[in-house]
Amino acid sequence: MAELLQILVSGLSAGAIYALAAVGFTLLWQASQTINFAQGEFVMLPAFFVLAGMTIFGLPLWAAILTALVLSLVVLGAMFKKLIVEPMLPHGTLPLVIATIALGILMKESVKEFYSAQGQPFPPLFPQHVINFFGASISIQDICNLVVAFAAIISLQLFLGRTRTGRAMQATAQDPRVAEILGVDVKKMVMYTFLINGALAAIASILISPVYLAKFSNGETLGMIAFIAAIVGGFNQIKGALLGGLLIGVIDNLAAVYVSAEYRTAIPLILLIVIIMVRPQGILGTPEGRTV
Amino acid sequence: MTALRLLFLVAFGLALFIAPLGQGNYIIYVLCSWLIFSISAMGLNLTLGYAGQISLAQAAFMGIGAYITALLTMAGVHWIVAVFCSIGASFVIGLVLGYPALRVQHHFLAFVTLAFTTLVFLVLRNEDWLTGGSLGLVGIPRPVFGPFDTMKQLPFYYFTVVCFLITAGVMAWMLHSPWGRAFKALRENPIRANSLGLNTTRMTLLAFAIGSAMGGLAGALQAPLVQFIEPGSFTLILSLKILLMVIVGGSGYFFGPILGAGLVVLLPEMLRFTDGYYLIIYALLVLVVMIFSPHGLIGLGQKLLSSFKPREERGDLKQGAQL
Repeated sequence: MAELLQILVSGLSAGAIYALAAVGFTLLWQASQTINFAQGEFVMLPAFFVLAGMTIFGLPLWAAILTALVLSLVVLGAMFKKLIVEPMLPHGTLPLVIATIALGILMKESVKEFYSAQGQPFPPLFPQHVINFFGASISIQDICNLVVAFAAIISLQLFLGRTRTGRAMQATAQDPRVAEILGVDVKKMVMYTFLINGALAAIASILISPVYLAKFSNGETLGMIAFIAAIVGGFNQIKGALLGGLLIGVIDNLAAVYVSAEYRTAIPLILLIVIIMVRPQGILGTPEGRTV
Repeated sequence: MTALRLLFLVAFGLALFIAPLGQGNYIIYVLCSWLIFSISAMGLNLTLGYAGQISLAQAAFMGIGAYITALLTMAGVHWIVAVFCSIGASFVIGLVLGYPALRVQHHFLAFVTLAFTTLVFLVLRNEDWLTGGSLGLVGIPRPVFGPFDTMKQLPFYYFTVVCFLITAGVMAWMLHSPWGRAFKALRENPIRANSLGLNTTRMTLLAFAIGSAMGGLAGALQAPLVQFIEPGSFTLILSLKILLMVIVGGSGYFFGPILGAGLVVLLPEMLRFTDGYYLIIYALLVLVVMIFSPHGLIGLGQKLLSSFKPREERGDLKQGAQL
């Protein structure tokens, strides 16, 4: 029982971080039909912005994090949109898929060549204590990660549902043409979506790097998990991506303990295949209309 | 077929036979792997360029083909028998995987095939009683055809050329048959194809299975070429590489994947002097090609050609297209 509780908490904590990446992934898909195959690398990179700020420019941790956040907004948000997505969008999804794959390789190799190929220790943001809760040892770090990730997603949800800009963004995602007719600045709303994705990636990166070291190849698994979470939960729903992220986090941790370590990575994949066969729109998703 | 095209084909065929003469073993090895990846990329081109479905399972099918051929030939079975087993198994697995997956199509198919590739890798790595685990299989024999022994590099190259030409011939024949035209119709306008009486689901499934079978054939050639296979060579990265070959070359064009395979296989060799930076340059090149020419290099070539020599189009056809 204590063991189960322990697995559940660490699974939820990891899952909440996965959910951040998955939410960004679904937002991009909704706003501009961009399937971002570099999403994992988007989560890998900001941690290196922080490390570079601290080691090369000698900034204190908080200033480095702030700089990394701004850099992520500029590089992963605005530049990604302007330089890569915009010129390619009129040609359909396929060239864009290839381009994001290439972008992922570019980011990964650049970090490897210009920073380091070794995993880098990342300064912890929260106390490293472990508390004893009914016999289960639960780390403060996990709890804090869970809280921060949830706070980010809830404030995003509130922004999208309660503010004028947020609603305009939702309208854009549902039907850009109608939104434009109703006076929404569609281009600006799509840009906001890309900025939000950059911010989410930065938060996820800074939360997850103290747990697993910052390494250039982190994006491979993170990207895969973000896809799976987004699809399992529902490709066109933020709630879906959140549920998917949490589910994958918990299942992955359960599989590590109760299934063999060798086939641990297979469990989320099998879940993915089953969901696509049985319910292609995802657990919480609504079916997409056929485009004729 | 115009005279120019015929001339080009003959020149290409001649170049294939002359290319390895007087070259070292390593160059011949690179040429062999170019031909093998061309076969694999042509298979994916059938799925992607003609039937319009993104598959990321090509590496898995190459792996399946390579392992079946390796295990059979190491057990003493002749390569000819083994290669038909590889092709057959890939075809059947393609059907079994494709039948449920093609209900969802497009980006969902990409994700299902992505998961499949990773699952195949896990099985190859973990079931070491059969596959040798992460150490792989060593000492795969090269085929012997009576007096013609392919143990040396040059004979093996010509053996690969023959396999390549047969595959390309079958592919060209298939694309010009009513069948192949149905594939094209499927890509251009699936709804119209359906209303003209084509069973689109069955055609798409067949395109996927045939494409997979060609992946199996490529694997069956890869195993005796390298004489050593391990699960790590058939991961998602390879699937992405094959996808790159098709897209960068020009998907939906017959020679697109062959050009793309040449580029993807040879470019690392050419960029060797840049040391560790070659992947960075490579990724940048792909990005630039994608931004400026989403239809690949052949598409770019045709665009350039038509800007110098505008093709005369019949006015009535143009008008019809506008209706």
